[in-house]
Amino acid sequence: MKRLLSRNETLVAITIIGLILLIGLNNPSFFSLGNIFTLLRTSVVTGILAMGVLIVIVSGGIDVSFTAIAVFGLYVAVKLMKAYMPDAPIWVGFVIASVVGLGLGLINAFFIAQFRLPTLIVTLGTLSMFQGFLLFAIGNEIIRAVPPSMKSFARAAIVRIPMTRGTANLHPAILITIAAIIVTWLLLNYTMLGRGIYALGGSREAAERAGFNVTRIQYFIYGFVGLLSGIAGMTFGSLARQANPQDIVGTELNVIAAVVLGGAQLTGGYGTVLGTVLGVILVVIANSSLILIGVPTVWQRVVIGLIILVGTGIPAIQARRKGKRTVGLADI
Amino acid sequence: MAKPCVGYLFSYEIFSKNHQSTYLRSEWEFISMADELLRLNGIYKSFAGVRALQGVDLTIERGKINCLVGENGCGKSTLIKIIAGVYKRDAGEIIINGKEYEDLHPIDAIREGIQVIYQDFSLFPNLTVAENIALNEELANGRRLVSWRNVNRIAKDALAKVEVDIPLKARVEEMSVANKQLIAIAKALRQNAQLIIMDEPTSALTEREVSTLFSVIRRLQKQHGIAFLFVSHKLNEVLEISEKMIVMRNGRVVSSGDRSEYDNARLIFEMTGRRITEKSYDFTPDLNQPPLLRVEGLSAEKVLNDIQFELRRGEIVGVTGLLGSGRTQLALALFGMLPTDNGRVYIDEEEVVITSPQDAIQHGIGYVPEDRLTEGLFLEQSISNNVVVRIIDRLRNSMGLLQTRQVKEQANYWVEALSIKTSDPELPVKTLSGGNQQRVVLAKWLASKPRLMILNGPTVGVDVGSKEELHEMIKHLAGEGMGILLISDDIPELLQTCNRILLMRRGHISEEILPKETNENELSAKLIEE
Repeated sequence: MKRLLSRNETLVAITIIGLILLIGLNNPSFFSLGNIFTLLRTSVVTGILAMGVLIVIVSGGIDVSFTAIAVFGLYVAVKLMKAYMPDAPIWVGFVIASVVGLGLGLINAFFIAQFRLPTLIVTLGTLSMFQGFLLFAIGNEIIRAVPPSMKSFARAAIVRIPMTRGTANLHPAILITIAAIIVTWLLLNYTMLGRGIYALGGSREAAERAGFNVTRIQYFIYGFVGLLSGIAGMTFGSLARQANPQDIVGTELNVIAAVVLGGAQLTGGYGTVLGTVLGVILVVIANSSLILIGVPTVWQRVVIGLIILVGTGIPAIQARRKGKRTVGLADI
Repeated sequence: MAKPCVGYLFSYEIFSKNHQSTYLRSEWEFISMADELLRLNGIYKSFAGVRALQGVDLTIERGKINCLVGENGCGKSTLIKIIAGVYKRDAGEIIINGKEYEDLHPIDAIREGIQVIYQDFSLFPNLTVAENIALNEELANGRRLVSWRNVNRIAKDALAKVEVDIPLKARVEEMSVANKQLIAIAKALRQNAQLIIMDEPTSALTEREVSTLFSVIRRLQKQHGIAFLFVSHKLNEVLEISEKMIVMRNGRVVSSGDRSEYDNARLIFEMTGRRITEKSYDFTPDLNQPPLLRVEGLSAEKVLNDIQFELRRGEIVGVTGLLGSGRTQLALALFGMLPTDNGRVYIDEEEVVITSPQDAIQHGIGYVPEDRLTEGLFLEQSISNNVVVRIIDRLRNSMGLLQTRQVKEQANYWVEALSIKTSDPELPVKTLSGGNQQRVVLAKWLASKPRLMILNGPTVGVDVGSKEELHEMIKHLAGEGMGILLISDDIPELLQTCNRILLMRRGHISEEILPKETNENELSAKLIEE
């Protein structure tokens, strides 16, 4: 019981329940199926991106370029589809975006693994580079006339429930997020590669001594993040029915916040898929539902900031207290 | 391959005049090949022109507990890494289990059953005990997927061999240093260890943990026939555990043989190449002068109880006691880092109130903490920056800017005065050896000219030769009128350095002892009696 309570996931879950009750009791429409489906739809992109960010953070690195990769993948995919295969099905777009994302992710990996550069510096650089290159060389105007397959995908639904006013639709894109979650979970918990990522985050030197190929692991990590970002970008564009080269970039911190709230530590080695999913839910609810209880949009950012401060502050203080106690014991 | 340097034969001859070298030769003739696990012949190794190993000869027999001793920088670590295949030798032979290795890779050493437990244990703090034990094996078996059942089975089996009870599901970061070590041993056992090499395994253990470790080692030796190579500079422990001694100095094995041929004095002689005779510290108080420090009824909740003592100029007062006796807390209280509930502190018979290190410094008190790495030094910063950090205000010009020339002068002065061995005071402190780092901490405080220095375990982790030099330095400082409070559990150190020793028990000074009126055995007995 004590173990369960001290887990970060429990803390986040309690916060979520508290927030849901707070919002729902003040505005019952929060509990409507329509709103829940909308919330799920809103978490789709953040959810996919968070899985990528999770494995980077677990490995002891950080990636801030993933949003640029996402929008890059989206824009290139839409542009290519429009130019060469306007009638292609939606999965073609996803494949293009993934391949582009993977390629850009491998560029990150190259700098990080080959030259052992700090991950924050590399990805800060590539964030700017990728977006600059996109705007300068590929295009800077918003593409509103997206291929028809994207338009129909935007309207698709796996569940349609008629409501008093309109219908509540559950969008199939949630399946992509669920797939990303399951793949990441299996990867982290049941493959040696995944354990290698934890090992790398725990102690790089020990990981090398144990025989992990750290370079290969890093290539995988940043490649995987790139791939997921490409998919996330395409999903975003399909839901928004447009490809705007200025979109997504700027939301990095939201995603990183969700992952950190979920218990991943920026120093590496810690973080779970479950925690990250909870972190995403918390951030999405705070971002989109506070308005239901009359918190103005501008204040939402303040609330999010507060949740992050408290949410990451409490475990940090707990850890330090625990640390102090052990020091005391050794000393006395 | 580099040829052995002829010039060194000269110094080798000097050492072979010692009786033990002849023993070394004759011993080899008796060891049959079957008993031999590892043999090194004439190993040479240089780093960027510096000779680390100069013709090391060594044999390790199956199932024996060997101890490798030597001062810092004598080549112990290099030798271990050569045996582990981490470093390539420049010249010499390595024969493991009767097979000669031209080019020994880490994986070869592991396959031959050689396991090295480094000081940092190479464990993953964020992973569970079970996973830490099993991970290497799973990886070596080329697994791609993780079977948690397998992981737990491996770990359970390994811990059963060590016969310790450690929760498999707990994270390694929650473990004590002693448990981490046992986990590392369990991990090594799983990889068919024939020889376990442990680098300074006891440096962070309490006495009880050391004895547990020793009993584990003895049992593994008896039941599984595993040989150990223990690298240490704690001579009493080495003498307790080893069956065979190997002493290194200046990149050579200068002496080796059966444990029974060695005692403390001989080990020190072999390690340093000289006889160390420290004279005890004589002090006659000048009763016309007020005491430098007088403490009355000092108490702090649960840790200090009615502490009462005086310290005069030029005195070296030792404070000793077991862990938990309050010896460190006394230092912290005097330095303003531990809040006290009661009591008075007088300096030159004037009452002072010390509630922060700033107060203490103001009253001329300096404190060299036990853990110099985290509390006493800025490791990444240069030696000179570390030396002047306490007096930085005095080195400013009228504009408030630092006068670099004066900084340099100060740094050079202290580097010379305390003979800190470095090629350049601008190098970071972390490039220095333990003994030299301790000197930098001292220099930092001495530069601010304190009147009372509190030294907490000043020679922990410092090797024998440097230890003696530090003691001389402390005596010299006291001779010049500084008062010194020396906190230590190193009994010979206390007897040789202090003119009075305060014995603490449960937060209270239970006895005052004069070194002249006691000896090592009596004092150690007093230390542990309840």
